[in-house]
This record gives sequence, C-alpha cells and structure tokens, in this order.
Amino acid sequence: MRQPTGSAYFMEEHHEAVARHTLAILVDNEPGVLARVIGLFSGRGYNIDSLTVSEVSHETNLSRITVVTTGPGEVIDQIKTQLDRLVPVHSVVDLTLTGRALERELLLVKVRGKGENRVEALSLADAFRARVIDATIESFVFEITGKPDKLDQFILLMKPLGLVEVARTGVAAIARGPEGMDG
Amino acid sequence: MAADLTAAPTEHMTGAEIVIRALADQGVEHIFGYPGGAVLPIYDALFQQNSIEHVLVRHEQGATHMAEGYARSSGKPGVVLVTSGPGATNAVTGLTDALMDSIPLVCITGQVPTHLIGSDAFQECDTVGITRPCTKHNYLVKDVNDLAQVLHEAFYVATSGRPGPVVVDIPKDVQFATGGYIGPRNVVHKTYHPKLKGDAEKIKAAIEILRTAKKPIFYTGGGVINSGPRASELLREFARMTGAPVTSTLMGLGAYPASDPQWLGMLGMHGSFEANNAMHDCDVMLCVGARFDDRITGRLDAFSPGSRKIHIDIDPSSINKNVKVEVGIVGDVAHVLEDMIQIWKASRAQIDPAGLMDWERRINSWRARNCFAYKTSETTIKPQQAVERLYELTKGPDTYVTTEVGQHQMWAAQYYRFDEPNRWMTSGGLGTMGYGMPAAIGVQKAHPEALVIDIAGEASIQMCIQELSTAVQYNLPIKVFVLNNEYMGMVRQWQQLLHGSRYSHSYSEALPDFVKLAEAYGVKGLRCEHPDDLDATIQAMIDHQGPVFVDCVVDKMENCFPMIPSGRAHNEMLLGDVGEKTVNEAITEEGKMLV
Repeated sequence: MRQPTGSAYFMEEHHEAVARHTLAILVDNEPGVLARVIGLFSGRGYNIDSLTVSEVSHETNLSRITVVTTGPGEVIDQIKTQLDRLVPVHSVVDLTLTGRALERELLLVKVRGKGENRVEALSLADAFRARVIDATIESFVFEITGKPDKLDQFILLMKPLGLVEVARTGVAAIARGPEGMDG
Repeated sequence: MAADLTAAPTEHMTGAEIVIRALADQGVEHIFGYPGGAVLPIYDALFQQNSIEHVLVRHEQGATHMAEGYARSSGKPGVVLVTSGPGATNAVTGLTDALMDSIPLVCITGQVPTHLIGSDAFQECDTVGITRPCTKHNYLVKDVNDLAQVLHEAFYVATSGRPGPVVVDIPKDVQFATGGYIGPRNVVHKTYHPKLKGDAEKIKAAIEILRTAKKPIFYTGGGVINSGPRASELLREFARMTGAPVTSTLMGLGAYPASDPQWLGMLGMHGSFEANNAMHDCDVMLCVGARFDDRITGRLDAFSPGSRKIHIDIDPSSINKNVKVEVGIVGDVAHVLEDMIQIWKASRAQIDPAGLMDWERRINSWRARNCFAYKTSETTIKPQQAVERLYELTKGPDTYVTTEVGQHQMWAAQYYRFDEPNRWMTSGGLGTMGYGMPAAIGVQKAHPEALVIDIAGEASIQMCIQELSTAVQYNLPIKVFVLNNEYMGMVRQWQQLLHGSRYSHSYSEALPDFVKLAEAYGVKGLRCEHPDDLDATIQAMIDHQGPVFVDCVVDKMENCFPMIPSGRAHNEMLLGDVGEKTVNEAITEEGKMLV
C-alpha cells in the first residue's frame, strides 16, 4: 500500500533530486533571532547540515547566519521565502545559486599517539597545511581551515592515528567578485 | 529592534502609561483582557483614563477570539491584554488561530520583573519562546525607553503585509519604570516593508493568459477580505468585466456576493458540486488571496489538472508552496486587481464569448444537480433547515455570523449566504472549537447595533461557554444558535464513514440543560425541538433585546454533504443522497490514514 504523506491528502512525493545549498542570511542582531531561524527549520521539517552565526557589523547591529541545507529545488525556494518573511531578516541569498560561493570551515582536531603514528600524523598535517596549536608528549591539537570535504578527508586520515575529538565551526560562505550580498 | 533612533522622546511617563498612550495613539478603542499580578501597573493606568474601554473576559482564550472577531469584522487590529504565565499560555490557542487565519492582533502580556526572568518565578513562563512559532513576530521589552517604539512597531507588523498576531511581553519593572514616549509617526520599520504593488510584467503575463481562457474561474480567499472593502469591490468589477465564475474558500465568503449569478458557492471538502467541478475542469484559474490549503485542493496530483494557474498573494511564501503556478504575483489584492482591471480595459481584452457560454452551460448542468438538497422531516429539525430558516429570518447587511468548528460550521457556510465582506467570522485554518461565541462578543463590541449570531454546536460551545458571563456584563446582545445533535458531529461523521460506525467517544453524555445554563448566566434561554416551532423560536431570539441562547435540537445522525472524501479529487465528490454502501466504497484504505 502506498503510504500517504503530509497532513490531509496525498502530498506530491518529491522525486526531484535533492541538492546541497548554502544560504546567507543577514539579520538584526537581536535576542531570539537565531531561535526564529532554527525554529523555522525544525517547525517546517527542513534540514540543517551546518549553521554558523556571528555579528558582522557592530554599527548597524547586523548578524550573518550561514546555513547549509539539503532538499529539492522547490523546498529550497520555500525555505528562502519563509526566511525572507521573518520580520528581523534583512536579506537571504542562496549562494549556491550564484555559482560563485566560497566556503570555508575551521576544524580543531585532537590526536593522541606515540611513535610512528605520531610522526605520520604530523606529516599528514603538514601536507594538509594544518597548524599545531597544542602539543604534549603524546598528543597534538591541529588547526586547519578549508572546504568542508577537505576537513572530512583530514578527519578520516587522523582516525587510525589516534583521533580523540573534533570541533568544527560550520561553514562560513561568501560570494566571489566585487558585489556584497545586498547587491 | 529600535528602528528610527533619531526620534527623540517628547514626553516621559511610566511604562504602564506608555502602553495606554501608545494604544490611544494607535486609535485603539477597545481591548479584551484579564488582570493578574504581572500586569497590575497597566491595569492601574487603565483605571485612570477614559479613552480605552476594557472588556473583562472569563478566560484568556476568550480574549483572543474576541479580538479576532473584532478585527475581522472591523478591519482594525484586535488588542489583548493578559498577565504572565497562565495568562500568556491560555492565549496561545487564539494567537495560533490568528496566525493561521491572518488576523491582525496585538497581544500585550505581563512578565515577571527582569531580575526574576529565568528563575522559575511565580507565574513565569518563557512567553516569547512559547509564542515564537504562533505569532507573526514577538518582543520582550527589557528597557522602558524601547517600549513606545516596540508597541508602534507591533501594530505596524500586525497590520501590514499578511496580517497576523504580535506579542509584546513587558516585565513588571518595565511597567513601573519611567521612560521616554515617542508617537507612532516617528516609527519607521528597518526591515519589514511588504510589497503592495504587483510586478507589472507579471500582471501583463496574467492578463495574457486570462484572455485566452475558455473556461476561466476565480478562486478567491481571505486575502480579499484582509485587503479591505476596496478589494471586494474590485473583485466584483473584474468578475463582471471578464464574465468568469467565482468561488471562494471558507475564509473568503462575502467578498463576492452569494446572490450574484456568477457565484458558484464555496469550494473544497464541503464545497458545492458546481464549484469543485468547475475548479477541476477549468482552463485558467485566477487565485486571489487564497493559499491552496489541503481542505481546498483535495488530492494534489489530481488538482485542476488542465488549468493554467495565476496566483495573487501578499505573502511570497504562499506562492508555489502547495501547488505550482505559472504566474505568481506578489502584492496586495486591491492593488493588483486595480492594475489588472486597468490593463484589461486598456487592451480591450475579452474572454471568448462562445467559450464562456459553453462553460456556463456546463456549470449550469452541475448546478442542476442541486447538491445542497436534503430531505426534511415532519418531526425532526434538520440542521440544514435550521440554518436556512435562520438565514431567511436574519439576512441583511447588518447581520454578522460567527461559528464554532464542525458540522454546524460547514452547514453555516453552505446555507447562510453572504453578500458583503467582514460579515462572516470562522476559524478556518486552525479549526478552533470554542472560537465562535467569544468572536461574536468581539464583533458585537465593534458593531453595537448589529445582529450578531454565533451558529454553534453543543460540543464546541462548551469550550468557551464561560464567556456568556462577559456578554451579560457588557450587555452585548449576541445570539448563540446551537445545533444540538448531542454528538461531536464531524467526528461522528468521520467515524461513520471511515471507522465502521464505531463512535468512539464522540457522543456527549451528560449534556447540561442549556436553557437553564443560559438562564443561570442571565442569558435568555430558548429551546426548539420541532420543525413547526423553528421560525417562532428564531423570531423570539431576534426580538429579545439582550443576549439569547437557542438550544435547537436537530437530527442526530445527519451528515454534512457534499464531501470530497480524503485522498480524492474535486470531481469525485460524494453527494448527500447516495447510499451508505457507495459512501463506504468511495473511501480508500489510504484515505482513512489522512486527517
């Protein structure tokens, strides 16, 4: 039996391919604004793969939220219009659609080991241009920035070498070229 | 939060006085509320002034529905004042209702003093946290110098664009503190500026599609009402110019006159046979201020398969949400219709008269099916008959109708006919039982001379029945007309159709004697049990000067038809005179899974 979806009737099932989109959202830096954005995603069942938020202009009291989400094109459109109608939201830009998005993330990795593993970790870190920001006789903390898939790769390599823990910032993104997101 | 920071305060006063002053400057005449510890300073300021009249409710949910009825019937925002904790949480149902039906409300909630926030203080709750998903926007005001600005912003946000409820949470110490006051004219919102005028290119594209139509339809909704009386006039004008038949959602009834020959009746799950079939078979659909709700579309993949669709909506997120349209015009209905009419006239556009005549002929064949026919009985009042008689005896431009939620609501929508906007108040989106009677009180407050009727069911009415006391206190002559079938009728109907007639907990045992109950409140109580007494009872209800409660005992097992069963399309309606077997077969196993 075909399972009904949605609340009341058969909703059209989404056969469209899902894609990863990075949205930049400029908001008033006021209490609760992040909760509004996150609440919208959870309340309407949208995915959040990554989320970063920080004040970007102290004078104009603006924060920038970067959300990485996945969904079919029509859902991404919905997310954008739903975000746009939140009262403290200034603008929403789908950076993926601009085709010119630069994405970077910062990763801190703690690796524990001795002997060959330790040497191997250090040389891989060097190859990935990671920096050592803490060291003990049996551990390192590496700092590395890059695209999310590069960081994924680095974590994968560290696993057999004594990976202890990982802290990631989430993606910060900006479009190439001279224009700002408000055009 | 503050927008125009250059506006210097002109006067200084306490936070509580700022609240009263801001309301007065916003033109507020009535507020609906209930006092409590965290709003005492505001109530004290209220006591010492005469410009705003306060209506004391019996439960905060009642206050929100009153404000909704007030807003929907007057076009002005409704204002609610409640205390912290339970005062705020009790208001949540009404706030959600207003969000779903796009009703402008400003709800002021008291909060524990700022230094106690987060300490689990007495009657503390996270009001802005709780109401964030059920308001259009909300504020917690921690500095008295922001208060005037926030209050004016709240009115602006509630009433502009797609209207909705806004909560302003004010801690008690902020109400006591002294701060600067600025007037509404000094407030310009920083980010929120909804687009009123539609994109000219899109309007042109819409006209190009419309002029090629042979089987057009206008599908209109609550957005026409929210846009103001001018939108209803323009809709009538445009329908007349194009000759297109018009149907409407539950929320839009009255925007187009039910007495007009181009009127098809309401569409959707319990809409008319002709409206739903016309929606299914049309070739061009112009959706005006409606949102393709699931109660309207039925099965989405079979929704109006052959039509080119145009959608006018002030909320961009409504466009392409449920149904993909060819042209989506973001703008206010009145603004967009005005432009459309102008272009239509200027280009001497016309819908092919031969095609239109053919279309009319088909529509008339559906009309001839007479889908709202029902069998009367000599001994039992049929609910449809009760609403029909009510309509005949009370119709007129000064009659306002509210409803609760359930079968009686659908019968009211089907058999009571509206020729003017703002005369029909019902909980469409959220479907809130208990909405109608408080809403009627709000309507009566806005229109003291009007005849205001709450068409109710005996189950729904009990959800906010305490507000009878409010009607008596303020001598508001509302008429509560209960269709009493002793069942939660719509639940029972679904159980009959979808759950093998197993009436699980849908029968109301131990109903009160409603006449005595009404009398206990000081409301005139009338009972009607026989078809022959129907007219006389309704007349007695109208003639009585004060509030009246009519317990109209109707057929217990009557079902609400026509009906699009769950999981079916517009052209698969069930009509009232089919046998039970057909009804059972019409509902699929999959359909039973749906709400």
